Amino acid sequence: MIMKNTIAERIYDFLKNFPPFDALKKEQLLKIAAQVKVIYVENESFIFKQEEKPNANFYVVKEGAIGLFRSVEKDNILVDKCDEGDIFGLRALIQNDIYALSAKTKEESILYAISVELLHEIIETNERAKKFLIACYSTNIKSPYAKNSKGQLFANEDVLQLNKSNINDIQTVNFHKNPVSCTKNISIKEAAQIMCSKRVGSILIVEKNKPIGIITDKDLRVKIATGKISINDKITKIMSSPVITSQEGISVAEAQIAMLKHKITHLCITKDGTPNSNLIGILSEHDIVVLHGNNPSVLVKELKRATNVNSLRYIKEKANNLLKGYIEQDIPISFILKIISEINDVLAVKAIGFSVDEMPFKPPVKFTWLALGSQGRHEQLLVTDQDNALIFENVSKENYKSTQLYFIKLAKKITKKLHFIGYDYCPAKMMASNPNWCQSISVWKNQFNKWITTPTDEAIMMCTIFFDYSLIYGDKTLVDSLSDNIFKSIGGFEVFLNFLGKNALKNPPPLSFFRQFLVEQDGKHKDQFDLKSRALMPLIDAARLIALSHHIKNVSGTISRYEKLIELEPKNKDLYQSCIDSFKILIRYRTKQGLKNGNSGRFVNLAYLSKSEKLKLKGCFKPINAIQELLNIRYNLSQMM
Amino acid sequence: MISFLKRNNKPDFWIKYLDKFKPKSPNKISKTRFVVFDTETTGLEPATDRILSIGAIAVKNNNILVADSFEIYIKQEKFNRDTVKIHGILKQGHLKKTTEIEALEMFLNFIGNSVLVAHHIGFDLKMINTALKRMNLGRLKNKTIDTGVLYKKLNDKENKHFSLDVLCDAFKIPKHDRHTAAGDAYLTAQLFLKILSKIKQERTLHYSDLFRNSENKGLL
Repeated sequence: MIMKNTIAERIYDFLKNFPPFDALKKEQLLKIAAQVKVIYVENESFIFKQEEKPNANFYVVKEGAIGLFRSVEKDNILVDKCDEGDIFGLRALIQNDIYALSAKTKEESILYAISVELLHEIIETNERAKKFLIACYSTNIKSPYAKNSKGQLFANEDVLQLNKSNINDIQTVNFHKNPVSCTKNISIKEAAQIMCSKRVGSILIVEKNKPIGIITDKDLRVKIATGKISINDKITKIMSSPVITSQEGISVAEAQIAMLKHKITHLCITKDGTPNSNLIGILSEHDIVVLHGNNPSVLVKELKRATNVNSLRYIKEKANNLLKGYIEQDIPISFILKIISEINDVLAVKAIGFSVDEMPFKPPVKFTWLALGSQGRHEQLLVTDQDNALIFENVSKENYKSTQLYFIKLAKKITKKLHFIGYDYCPAKMMASNPNWCQSISVWKNQFNKWITTPTDEAIMMCTIFFDYSLIYGDKTLVDSLSDNIFKSIGGFEVFLNFLGKNALKNPPPLSFFRQFLVEQDGKHKDQFDLKSRALMPLIDAARLIALSHHIKNVSGTISRYEKLIELEPKNKDLYQSCIDSFKILIRYRTKQGLKNGNSGRFVNLAYLSKSEKLKLKGCFKPINAIQELLNIRYNLSQMM
Repeated sequence: MISFLKRNNKPDFWIKYLDKFKPKSPNKISKTRFVVFDTETTGLEPATDRILSIGAIAVKNNNILVADSFEIYIKQEKFNRDTVKIHGILKQGHLKKTTEIEALEMFLNFIGNSVLVAHHIGFDLKMINTALKRMNLGRLKNKTIDTGVLYKKLNDKENKHFSLDVLCDAFKIPKHDRHTAAGDAYLTAQLFLKILSKIKQERTLHYSDLFRNSENKGLL
């Protein structure tokens, strides 16, 4: 027989969609749901005010919107907005501190209040939920990173993702054994000298092998450099004491929590985890940062030293982890694009190098390997298909066949290696191993010329892929000569740009007249939103078209294209800048989706988006409409439709 | 004298219930415990139909207290095939069920002297009072509020009948678990808070205003 609790189940149904609750077991979440207080708050009313003592609850927004304000003198600055599923009022509760912000409704709202006792239960029993809560909480106090993501933008799910993807968080931390230490009788100056000579940022004060205090760079800065205390005083005068200790085997997440909780940057590791046992090491915040493995230069070095394709594959996997870490930490997307593309390029260069070595003889003539499409634009974050092409120097007619055969054989080796490393074969066979895309420079020039002067739908489609090329390996003069030729062809046949423009508008704007998302009508992805073709491609296509019309050479990335356009058309600066911003947000979002679901991140199930996510996505669509409008006018497209 | 004798014949829980009305209850809205409730029944005829389930939830100081809620299913002698499609409660089901007298005892313990709130409360009161009468007990003593009537206290509301569905739509309350007693009680609780807030926007609302003009004209 079942005791029924309909109301708790209803609340459970809501909470289970949002982190950290989605990480809880059903029984546990039901138990929480049964204890929730449902609060109805009128518009413009305070839930709590800055500097008040914390309530016994934290809050989840069920419906409505809450503004978090910071009062500075008489101004109230909106710091954050919480929407459906968002959590607030947590930091004060965890730290048992006064509220740092005021919370006020921006429309009438229904909140779920969850008590501090339940919070502790969640933290104590569930690692993933704990990690999420701590992340929420730490972003509140540190307000890190870009303003558009502010720790929340599509971010919620990914914090949890971390543990699944085994990036260190549940791994134990390696701490420094034999930390630099001293006795309590020395002077501040002496301690600083030790720190200097050992090149460390902290020193432990030890008595009978037990840590009794710590001095960090910050103490020297705050207490000494300000002149408050003399450097000849005893170190005990400035040391922080007692120290926060932990046991060996502490996980990254736990260490982070301990540091956040105590507002410290160093944790002492002792034998039994208490200050009363022998010191065995020290763990700094810096160690944790390093642990997150964010050292791309190490990866590139490793890559350059790689001697076989197995290590390439291994490095590619590591690069994927790096990407996850970057996305999770809200590293600026242009930086991520740069690093990951660099790694992709070097991987390809290595694969080509290995393949050339395997050939029975050296290439008969110079050649160039081009990356096309997203890799050509240096926008390939998730591992997707490989698109590539090969150009070789002109050869005599009688040698053409054999030369082409040589390069096709080489290209097959290369594409096979790329496939092994993790880049799928292109289903449309747009690869250098396809004889059509492995040609001499003259044949290539003719090919582009043909596409430009007879812009059939198919030709235009090819252009959208082949015009985004970048040199990966080989002779640069071949590419330059191809680029020059392309602009010459376009110059003689300007109407080509209109066709390209028409193509750029083939994907209607992402929102319908009623501001509804346009979703796929049928097929495998029915009712899902196609992020790639509806949101990203229109921005990419527009950038390519306008860049081509300005004869911008050798700039294939969407962001760099818009940046170039801002230089050339300062009057459209705002529009192009907004396109860059949208593009950054969308590509980050797609990458997150892809990482989360282990796919290309192309299709978004709207049912899983919260109201705020939908609003944020919609915000990215405005520039798409605007840029499509610009194309429409500039290329007289309405007449061509 | 008669009432004294009667009182002695009554079960303990009923006496306890009556005793709760002796101390003066607070007359501030923010301090009042409201119990929003709903009943599901075998039909609409209080004399012959029976209560299938009661759902109730406490509201205090603008908070709906999920931890302070009540949901009970009652074993049936009488069974009305026709209303199963509305409430979905089968005669034998997998839910834990209690006898009618146990259910009433638990309900009275739960409500105490709180103010009862329901949508078209007249019918629910009648069902419960009839059940109490069958047990030889008196009527409910609680103050009552009908959300249907409360809604009409808003300006410019015509004096007509507003169903729970209509009001939930008007106040944009998602209608989950409609036609389960607990689900409807929860919807009504949200409705109650929203109406109170609307009235407060129009004018100052005193405790006594809640009850004025309440005509217990329910869905009879």
